[in-house]
Amino acid sequence: MKIIKYFLLLLIILNFSLTKAFSNENRILVDKISKNLRCLICQGQSVYDSQSEFALSIKLLINEKLEKGNTEKEIYDFLKNQYGDWIVYDPKFDKKTLLLWGIPLILFIFGGILIFRKVFIY
Amino acid sequence: MKKKFVLVLLLIFFSITFIILYSSLHKVEIYIPEKITNKSTIKFSAKDLFSNKEIDFNSLVKNDKLTIINIWASWCQPCRDEHPFLMKLGDDKNINLIGISYKDNIKNSKKFLNDFGNPFSNILIDKNGLISINIGAYGVPETYIINADKKIFKKYIGPLKEKNYLEIMSLSNENN
Repeated sequence: MKIIKYFLLLLIILNFSLTKAFSNENRILVDKISKNLRCLICQGQSVYDSQSEFALSIKLLINEKLEKGNTEKEIYDFLKNQYGDWIVYDPKFDKKTLLLWGIPLILFIFGGILIFRKVFIY
Repeated sequence: MKKKFVLVLLLIFFSITFIILYSSLHKVEIYIPEKITNKSTIKFSAKDLFSNKEIDFNSLVKNDKLTIINIWASWCQPCRDEHPFLMKLGDDKNINLIGISYKDNIKNSKKFLNDFGNPFSNILIDKNGLISINIGAYGVPETYIINADKKIFKKYIGPLKEKNYLEIMSLSNENN
């Protein structure tokens, strides 16, 4: 019986120490931001999904920056400055990504024209 | 006849699959984007592995020497592979080699240095990996060459190889 009591006590203590690591409010934001970041070590995964040392550190860093009062944008900007745009899943619109953003739009318009011709002209 | 043909085809298919999978076993394919150097200057302070005193990184950079940062850990196998090159770089009088112990147990770090030698002038502790992220690192091992403005101008991801070592040595000679 005594052992069970100690065991329960230990469990409670451990639980508290775990929840202290990230405050509830920050945890939601850390999750949100880390879902938008690519883990650069296991590149098929997001930082949120990955358990690599790199991803764990990034999550810690996001939490630390949030606690310091940094905004989400500031955190993304910091990471983009460190690792380049590749770390975010949302590539910005510039000369290099022009085709990436443009091709779907061009195909959409081209397809629309084809359908239009088929239906209304012939 | 047909059965034999299918069998041979299957055999060829499996051998090719085996060769492809086997050859890629040892290939590390991590895509590294073009941007590999930082525009911002490196700024951090951390505890020293041996003295346990908080040290400002800037105070370690010396203008007359080529400053190199090496991120390593005792639990990392490739770090062992590159260690002989680091030992040689540490012997060079014109090189100031600073180590960052990445997410490592202090005892294990010291044991590693005892076993393989200590090429570093200083070793700073990065307990949770945040310093390495501030530098722009992915993991271990990584080596950075810093210029006098405390900016990174060369970065090696993964263990140093012979050709990297020679490149660093020629940079060190150019510097002097």
